[in-house]
Parts: sequence; C-alpha cells; structure tokens
Amino acid sequence: MRAKVTVYPRREILDPQGKAIRTALQRIGFAEVGEVRAGKSFEIDLGPVEPQAAAERVAAMCEQLLANTVVEEYAIEIVGEAPAGAKRSADEGKTS
Amino acid sequence: MKCGVVLFPGSNCDHDVYHVLKHVLEQDVVYLWHEETTLKGCDFIVLPGGWSYGDYLRGGAMAALSPVMQSVREHAAKGGPVLGICNGFQVLTEARLLPGALRRNRGLKFECRDTYLRVERNDLDFTSCYRQGQVLRLPIAHGEGNYEHFPGELDRLEANRQIVFRYVAPSGEVDDAWNFNGSARAIAGIVNEAGNVLGLMPHPERCAEEVLGNMDGLGLFQGLVQPALRLVGAAR
Repeated sequence: MRAKVTVYPRREILDPQGKAIRTALQRIGFAEVGEVRAGKSFEIDLGPVEPQAAAERVAAMCEQLLANTVVEEYAIEIVGEAPAGAKRSADEGKTS
Repeated sequence: MKCGVVLFPGSNCDHDVYHVLKHVLEQDVVYLWHEETTLKGCDFIVLPGGWSYGDYLRGGAMAALSPVMQSVREHAAKGGPVLGICNGFQVLTEARLLPGALRRNRGLKFECRDTYLRVERNDLDFTSCYRQGQVLRLPIAHGEGNYEHFPGELDRLEANRQIVFRYVAPSGEVDDAWNFNGSARAIAGIVNEAGNVLGLMPHPERCAEEVLGNMDGLGLFQGLVQPALRLVGAAR
C-alpha cells in the first residue's frame, strides 16, 4: 500500500504564497485563475497493510509530523501498489 | 547559574547566545548537542536561532522531535526556564511547549531589520529587568515569523497574559506598519501558562553588549541569571 498525503494551509488562514502565485499566473495571461493554494504532497510507501489500518496510521503521521494542524489541514489517499512496469518505464524515460 | 545552549544541525546563533551568557554575564555555559539525552545539569536552556535541519518540512518541525527535546520537555514540566529565540521559538511551538505556529511572513520577504517591542508584562523572571510597557529595539531576521493561532486561542492568550512582547511603533503604540511579518495581534513573543517557557522571534543576543551599539536585549538574559538586578516593588 502507498499513501498520498496533501497538506494545505487552512482556508481561514491567509496564504500569502498562494496569493502571490495567483497574482503571477494572472500577470502572465491566465486571467481565469481564481484562488490558488500552495501546499505540499507526500508519497509514503507502507508495505503490505490493510487499507483501513493504513489510513489510521497515516492520519497519526499527519497529526504528529506531516501537518501542523494549527495552521494546516491534510487529505489522505490510500492507493494500491503501482504496477511494477509502469514505474520502470517512467524511470527509463528520465534517463534516455 | 548553569546555562545550556542547544545545538541542532543548522543552528547558527548558538555562539552569539553562548558569548552573551559566558563573556558578558560570566555564567557557566555548555553546549547541548541535539542527540544528548540529558541536559548536563543545566538550570537554564536556550534554543538559539538558525535553520535547524534546514527547515525541512516546516521551521523547527524536525528539531522538535530530536532526542534532546525530550529532556527539555521534562525540564520545562518541572518549571525549569527555557528560552527559544527565532528558530528556537519555532521549535518550541512545533514541540507544543508553546501554543500557536509561525508561518511565512505576510509579505513573503525575509525581514532583516530593527523592530520595536513593547514589554507587556514584567512579572516574569525573563522580563524582570524591564519596566512594564518599556519599548525595546531588537533586530529580527526571519522569513517565517508570522504568529498564528485560532481566534479563540488568541483570546485565551490575551486572557492568560501570555503575550509578553508585541511589535509596536517606536512610540510604543501598536501599528500595523511596524508589524513586519503580519503576526496576529502583533505578537512577537509569548510565554507558556506557567511562565517558564518563553519564545520570541527577535534576537536579544544580537543587542546585548555595549560595543554593538544597542544593549536592549541584555535584560532578557539578566532577568534569568542575575536575580539581584530584577526591578522590585512599585517599579515592577
């Protein structure tokens, strides 16, 4: 199992980074851009584990380290193993 | 008083603090490496500024989990004094020894300049050498000093008198133009409820010696290590 975790500033809190990126996007011609939130994402390999147990463990990781819940919120997505072939071809693409 | 200056990989204001305590105030001072599991008998612990662990993940997040912090936590729980400056303040919030969090400055810029702080209370050992309402000039140097907490929690900090320093204009009035990082309620420094763990973003160790042209920061260390200098009675 793998987990994909995204961490964003809480909506109630001013996100100066997201605001600056929005302004920059608008400046270079993407006038349609509304709110932009700048956050972080993590991919975590969890080994063989049931999805429910995996979600609980990752939630604990978020609470204890990955997010600072005073100012950030997080979302967790549990995904199965990536097909072995898919990853290899992506790596080959990078080196060629 | 035996003082300990904690060294994380990436700390860079550690020797400034060591110098003030050792050479200006003539105290017994040791460094405490982040892998230490004891505080070597220190009475007063300082977490200095810098970029501990390269600010990976969030400023102070990694340092908060280092072995030495478990001992610092125990020291604080027993009422031992702990001072966190700049990155040290971030470490204290990440370790949840102080409430709230320090976010990216409002203007996104790294702010390196003098600020003016008003002493909101002088009944703590830390601030006992200052007058109530005294305005201090202390430098800041940070990109993430924007203090934030839930509105209800900010009210609680006010009610508990945990806000020790606020950014003000030189006149001593709170003025948004002088709150360079955009901190909620112009907070520059806070203390825990018990009054023994203090964190602030400005650098008192950078203005604690005559040759530096500013000694406003010295009192913060004196209040702790030289009780004889504490103001008493009505003045306090």
